[in-house]
Amino acid sequence: MVNTADVKPKTRQMSNLIYKYMRPEHLPHIWCPGCGNGIIMRDVAQAIENLGLSRNNTIIVSGIGCSSRAAGYLDFNTIHTTHGRAIAFATGIKLANPTLEVIVIAGDGDISAIGGNHLIHAARRNIGITVIVMNNNIYGMTGGQYSPTTPKGALGTTAPYGNLDRPFDIAGLAYGAGASFAARGSAFHVQQTINIIQEGIRHKGFSLIDVASVCPTYYGRKNKKGSAVDMLKWQRDNMIPAEKAATMDPVDLRGKLVVGILHQTQYKEFTYAYEQLIKRLYEEREANE
Amino acid sequence: MKDTRTLIINSAWCKGCGICAAFCPKEALEVVDDKVRRKEGTDCVLCGMCELRCPDYAIYIDEKDDEEAKNQWVMSY
Repeated sequence: MVNTADVKPKTRQMSNLIYKYMRPEHLPHIWCPGCGNGIIMRDVAQAIENLGLSRNNTIIVSGIGCSSRAAGYLDFNTIHTTHGRAIAFATGIKLANPTLEVIVIAGDGDISAIGGNHLIHAARRNIGITVIVMNNNIYGMTGGQYSPTTPKGALGTTAPYGNLDRPFDIAGLAYGAGASFAARGSAFHVQQTINIIQEGIRHKGFSLIDVASVCPTYYGRKNKKGSAVDMLKWQRDNMIPAEKAATMDPVDLRGKLVVGILHQTQYKEFTYAYEQLIKRLYEEREANE
Repeated sequence: MKDTRTLIINSAWCKGCGICAAFCPKEALEVVDDKVRRKEGTDCVLCGMCELRCPDYAIYIDEKDDEEAKNQWVMSY
């Protein structure tokens, strides 16, 4: 295996974290000025650094979209897969070698529209992968079409008079489908998001972290949300910690987003159950011989 | 003890979104011609808020006596 640390440029103008976990030859990234994806990608690198995961034992899987370019920038064993199928590939990798730490980075459209089926079934199976959703409420790469998380009434290039559909709550969807860990972070709440991603990676079982990103170029401009700074300030003023939200009246939570670990339960992880099954069948066969 | 760290701005990577300047608690940064720079007459307390939220990793805090940073200067000429 080629260790890319050997071929990285010796001279640099970047922090130690970026030098260690990203591919400097591909930076600066192609994301727009003020795009929240860059902040979230750094959160992922910081969480991995804090946990002390080995670069060789960590796999980053991504699909298609703005957010999925993260697999090209992060310096791990990475795989950039087809649209919506990141979880399907990740399931295969995890089953082939359960000791690997598999992290899926995907966008909201990739994970909940094109790959919605894979999401609910991986959650139902409770397979031990971590899914980090960079949720920018729109299809950014293809020009601002409305996605399953575009709020009702919001504008997109395919919804010039306002979106008629109600948005998906991806964390709630995953929990409803059986995920044992569902959480929400945001581009603004950096420290909390790093902690949540750490918890998610450490959690045995399917963990989904829905991270609210910002898309100033399409979502922000179409909906007059202002600049990236204004959108981050909106997140600061309208996101409520999960502990506080638990004590609040649901009416007051309307239009707000709850940030933190929303649901966490424990039940048998899929690769563990699969190994147990194989072991049992071997034992039964030996007993019969 | 003297702080050996300093604020470094990599203008080549800066896209001028202004997030670091907006969330700097000491208001010590400004964006001029789509690039961020230190505002004159202000104090930087090296809190690192800009580094946490910079989407382009163009601003960060590092040790002053960084051998590699010196090499960068030599190599670029």
